[in-house]
Amino acid sequence: MADKAEIDKRSFLQRWLPHPLLTVVLIALWMLLLNSFSAGGLVMGALLGVVIPIITSNFWPERPPVKAYGKAVSYMALVAWDVVVANIEVARLILFRPVDQLNVRWVTVPLELRSPEAITVLAGTITMTPGTVSCDLSADGRSLLVHCLDAPDAEEAVRQMKERYESRLKEIFP
Amino acid sequence: MTFVLEVLISALIVLGGIFALVGSVGLVKLPDLLTRLHGPTKATTLGVGGALAGSMLFFFGIEGTLSIHEVLISVFLFLTAPISAHFIAKAHLHEHVALRADLPPTGREHGWSTFDGVPESSDGEQAEHAPRG
Repeated sequence: MADKAEIDKRSFLQRWLPHPLLTVVLIALWMLLLNSFSAGGLVMGALLGVVIPIITSNFWPERPPVKAYGKAVSYMALVAWDVVVANIEVARLILFRPVDQLNVRWVTVPLELRSPEAITVLAGTITMTPGTVSCDLSADGRSLLVHCLDAPDAEEAVRQMKERYESRLKEIFP
Repeated sequence: MTFVLEVLISALIVLGGIFALVGSVGLVKLPDLLTRLHGPTKATTLGVGGALAGSMLFFFGIEGTLSIHEVLISVFLFLTAPISAHFIAKAHLHEHVALRADLPPTGREHGWSTFDGVPESSDGEQAEHAPRG
C-alpha cells in the first residue's frame, strides 16, 4: 500500500472506480452467469463490480490505454475468423503432414508495442492463431519468442504477425 | 424447420467432435512438448466452440430460450488457453535448459526472461514495461 500522501492525490472517482471498464465488464459477466435478469442479481453484480477493481487496483495501477473501441471490436472479429482458419490449418498439418516434414522453428518477433496490456493481447492472439505459440518474452520486454509448427520462411512469418496483428494493436493501444 | 435446425445442430456437434479428436491425434503424433502445445491450443478451441454453438442453437431454436452461458465458456477458454500454453512452454524451457542453445537471439541486449533476470532499471522506462511474471 502506498503512503497516505499518494492516496490523497487520487480523485474520488479514481479511488472508488479505478477501472470503470472492468466494473462494466464484471457486472455484465455476473448478469450473464445468472442467465436471467433480476434486480437482486444486478445489485450483487454492481457490488462485485465496485469491490473487485478496488481490491485489485494495487496490482494494476494504470488504466488500460485503449483508445479506439470500434477498432477493438473489428480486431476481435478478425481474430475469431483467424482462429477458425488456424484450426483447419493445424488440423490439416496434424493429419496429413509427416512429422519430419514439418518446418518446426523458433522465431523472434521484435515488439513495437510498449504497454503490458497490448503485449499480452498480442501474445494471446499469436497463441490462438495459425500454428504459432508465444513462449517467452525477452527480459526487457521488447521481443517475443514464438514457436512455429510449420514456418518454411521465418521472416515471412514474423512479417505476417507484425502486419496482421501488431499494426492493428498499435492503433488500439496508442 | 425443426428438421433443418436439428441437422444444423448435429453438424456443429459432429464438427466440434472431429476437431477435438484431431487435437488429441496431434498429442499422440507430434514428437515433443512444444509441438504438442499446438494441438490443444487450437484444434480444441474450435472443438469446444462447435459443441457450444450447437448448444446455443438448440436452446434458442428448439427450446425457445436464449442461453448465454456458452458465450461465457468460450470467452473464459480464450482468456485461459494462451496463458496456460505460455506457462507450460516456460516451464518446459526451465526443465530442459539444453533447449536454450536452440533459441534465437532476442535482438536486444538482454536474453529471454526465462533465463535472464529483469534488467536493473538503468533508465526508468525499461523497467516499467519489463515483464512482471
